[in-house]
Amino acid sequence: MNIKEYIESGILELYVAGVLSEKENEEVSTAIKEHLELKEEVEDIETAIIKLTAAVAPKDAQKLYDKIKANVLNEKETKVVSLPQKRINWAAYTGWAAAVILAGGLFYLSNQNNNLNYQLQSLDAKNAVLEAKIAEASQDLKKAEELVTLIRAQDITTINLGGQNVSPQSYAKVYWKKDQEVVYIDALGLPEPPEGKVYQVWSLTLDPLTPTSIGLLADFVNDENKVFELQNPNKSQAFGITLEPAGGSETPTMEQLYTLGIVQS
Amino acid sequence: MEQELLIKRIEEKDPKAFDVLYENYSKSLFGVIYNIVKNEEIAEEILQDVFIKIWDKAATYSPSKGRIFTWMLNIARNAAIDKTRSKDFNKDKKNLSSENFVDILNAHDNLNEQVDAIGISKYVKKLKETCKSIIELLYFKGFTQKEASEELNIPIGTVKTRNRNCIANLREMLLN
Repeated sequence: MNIKEYIESGILELYVAGVLSEKENEEVSTAIKEHLELKEEVEDIETAIIKLTAAVAPKDAQKLYDKIKANVLNEKETKVVSLPQKRINWAAYTGWAAAVILAGGLFYLSNQNNNLNYQLQSLDAKNAVLEAKIAEASQDLKKAEELVTLIRAQDITTINLGGQNVSPQSYAKVYWKKDQEVVYIDALGLPEPPEGKVYQVWSLTLDPLTPTSIGLLADFVNDENKVFELQNPNKSQAFGITLEPAGGSETPTMEQLYTLGIVQS
Repeated sequence: MEQELLIKRIEEKDPKAFDVLYENYSKSLFGVIYNIVKNEEIAEEILQDVFIKIWDKAATYSPSKGRIFTWMLNIARNAAIDKTRSKDFNKDKKNLSSENFVDILNAHDNLNEQVDAIGISKYVKKLKETCKSIIELLYFKGFTQKEASEELNIPIGTVKTRNRNCIANLREMLLN
């Protein structure tokens, strides 16, 4: 390379001006590295340009030194510190927001779950009550069916017992299955016995008048359908019901005869 | 300080490297920026932005691309030109763009603001008009050879040689 010609070409002045192409820049940079003469020439051009351009400045840039240096160094620091801080904050806020939403969601779901559990338990309880009622109803129905079957049976004898002096409004019915020696007493028409008293059922033969006890209407108050099943092996001609002291009596207290009825043969 | 060492220390964010950079180049860059925006306040803002950019982007500089001064000069010119193209830039100031660096030097001369400038303007006035315009375009405005040849209506090869002669004159005046 002819150094003198290279310098005279004016490329170094354009290199300092920064108006060459990238390729030209690299070529000149390489040449400068290899030739000290070129480097000195470039430095001289640069110095002249710096002096010239500096003279155009509206005031001494040195007056701006403190302010600009502080801002350049702070800018760097604040950038380094504040940018990640902002990011961390965003992440944190997002995280907290998500946590709050999640907590809210969990609380809501837990609440819903509790409500559903409660509803389920409540439904279970209602179900149990309904099942009990159904059982009860079917039990009642069974009893009613039994009663209906009983009174409809061909081989049954029905005896109406009318109210007597003590209680003219009272009545009762006796369904007698002679072959099975069983009587069913329908005592719905009798008043509730007073405390310490009990109804006693008597089988009677009329000539001579002989009463035979066939049983007590035990637990009268609590018996819902007031139908009582008793054994009756006697050849009864009539039935009577008297009010007796608790435990019953050997012979009927005739003054307390509530109902009486004769078997129609 | 050698270019490579200086740029390495800037990359390391050595505050002393900032001092060297500022001492060597701030006045020059301030002059170039001011010549483009023609407003002292705006020029100050841009100068600061340029130093921030240089400080942040030191890693992108490579000696193969040119001198540190040239790299900074390009950043400063681009920042100033960008500013004149921005919406908030006062259009009245754009009208002053017909003024070149010599007019500004003369104005400084009248105000007696910068002692350095007074001496320099005395020499610069002696430059040929063709030199004033080519220096304005290539150094203050960053025109390429082709752009300058079109602007001055001279052959592209003439730009390089004429500029070489003009800078030779300048060096004689300023460096000897």
